[in-house]
Amino acid sequence: MSQPDTARTTANTPSADDLARKANTLRMNVLEMVIRAGGGHIGGSFSVIDVLTALYLRIMRHDPASPDWDARDRLVFSKGHSCLALYNVLAECGYFPKESLDRYCVDDGLFAGHPERDLVPGAEATTGSLGHGLPLAVGMAIARNLDQAGHRVFCVLGDGECNEGSVWEAFMAGPQFGLDCLTAIVDSNKLESLGTVSEILSIEPLGQRLANFGWAVREIDGHDMTEIVDTLESLPFEPGKPSAIVAHTTKGKGVSFMENVTMWHYRGPNPDEAAAARRELKALIEG
Amino acid sequence: MRDAFIAELHEIAAKDPAVLLLSGDIGFKVFDRFRDTYPGRYMNMGVAEANMVGVSAGLALSGKRPVAYTIVPFLTMRAFEQIRVDVAMQHQPVMIVGVGGGLAYDILGPTHHSIEDVSLMRSLPGMTVLTPADPNQVRAATRAAYDLAGPVYIRLGKNGEPDLGTGDHPFEIGRPTLMRGGDDAVIIASGAILSVAIDAAAKLGDDRISCSVVNLHSVKPIDAGTLLDWIGDKRAIVTLEEHSIIGGTGSAVAEIVAEAGLGVPLKRLGIRDRFTFEVGSREWLLNRHGLDAQSVADAVKSLIA
Repeated sequence: MSQPDTARTTANTPSADDLARKANTLRMNVLEMVIRAGGGHIGGSFSVIDVLTALYLRIMRHDPASPDWDARDRLVFSKGHSCLALYNVLAECGYFPKESLDRYCVDDGLFAGHPERDLVPGAEATTGSLGHGLPLAVGMAIARNLDQAGHRVFCVLGDGECNEGSVWEAFMAGPQFGLDCLTAIVDSNKLESLGTVSEILSIEPLGQRLANFGWAVREIDGHDMTEIVDTLESLPFEPGKPSAIVAHTTKGKGVSFMENVTMWHYRGPNPDEAAAARRELKALIEG
Repeated sequence: MRDAFIAELHEIAAKDPAVLLLSGDIGFKVFDRFRDTYPGRYMNMGVAEANMVGVSAGLALSGKRPVAYTIVPFLTMRAFEQIRVDVAMQHQPVMIVGVGGGLAYDILGPTHHSIEDVSLMRSLPGMTVLTPADPNQVRAATRAAYDLAGPVYIRLGKNGEPDLGTGDHPFEIGRPTLMRGGDDAVIIASGAILSVAIDAAAKLGDDRISCSVVNLHSVKPIDAGTLLDWIGDKRAIVTLEEHSIIGGTGSAVAEIVAEAGLGVPLKRLGIRDRFTFEVGSREWLLNRHGLDAQSVADAVKSLIA
């Protein structure tokens, strides 16, 4: 079994504290992009950014200088609407200069409101239409096993996304093919567009359902960086089974008045809100 | 056609270990030899077409050459958005192979008929749409699709379709072939129903009407120059397809003819914007929908009268 060339992976291994601080800095970057460009989806970007930061800055083996490196770990970002988190994490890794994020949601831009594989270095797949990422990741994991390669495949989904039937088709396929190189991480922030997932089309108890489908499941606090890192470092949870992590998160995490408020799925802050949000995130970063 | 497809794929797979075959729990015993010859390279994905197409795209994104195979409507319609986003939008070399094109699953009824697939697939940017007319063309189309290494849809009939003599013509994506020459009119057909066009032209010959027959095995792309050459200065064009007249072969031909400013009388023959609720054999259904040789010949006559 070929092992990734660790010499080509991210050199330093940041601590959980470093990662937590970094995630808050990236939240600030996300906020500034929303203030600048307008638009929404800040809530889901804030809920997923701790997990994403841990994955890209510590857990995954990848090389921003060689985005096509065969032995890289793959991450399919299925909740494409939260791409502000992905863009900032990829920029932090060095897939592209941070200044190029100025071309977010502008004419002749590079970064759309959902990630496009053709345009965004480091994006493994074009996503945005929900329910597509996990089947893609299953395909990548099957290919990896056929090649007897050593890399891993991650898929980050939304919990509202789990309304889609295609997600459950893939939830069946992962265990069927014994894909223990595959990890599905559900950013369970409990909210979808118009309300709570439980009120709209419940997927609860999600962890139990995934276990019943044949996944090795852990449920974690998706904002506790130590727990996130420890969990990701213990993958795979069980030989022969794909791993699932239900990351319990808060939509809008980091800015008090954005937390658990569906409005922040849709709009950006006005000047007063922007100032207040900056103050809160600054305090988190400096705290 | 199905057997021709799997026979050709078997040969391609021998040379390229990246070729994989995914089926939506379809093809009783059809894939046994492939499965036994190439362990691990045949996957029954269950009755879960959206996942099957997404998995195929994920395999392609990892350097594999997957073939996604099941009954046409469940593939091209159930999983349309997966074909759109995962395959076409990301330019992945997934061969989408539908069995039972048109009315091939005759007595199984309208859920299993496919009269919208060519229109749907044709609308996708970057998608190649192949409608081979006989087993020989199925083999050629499968080979061409593999060589193309891009998003491609192959529309198969079922099995036991007659050899229409297509082997005398080179198969080239985009380039229609002239099956029979004639001076007065031209019938342009795609898929297994080409046999009806050939029979219709023979009937017209009996009536001293000289009718050529063009095989449009590639509905997208179409080399317009070649098609216009075959149309030449004919007095009438009839298109024939086992598909809705909306968006398929007839539409594609009409677009080219209209934009070229030919002004030639043109009639599209196919299913006329309705579902095929009638119960019967394929031959009976074709007859019922005016897609038999006599009806096609009559349509040509009415245009040149």
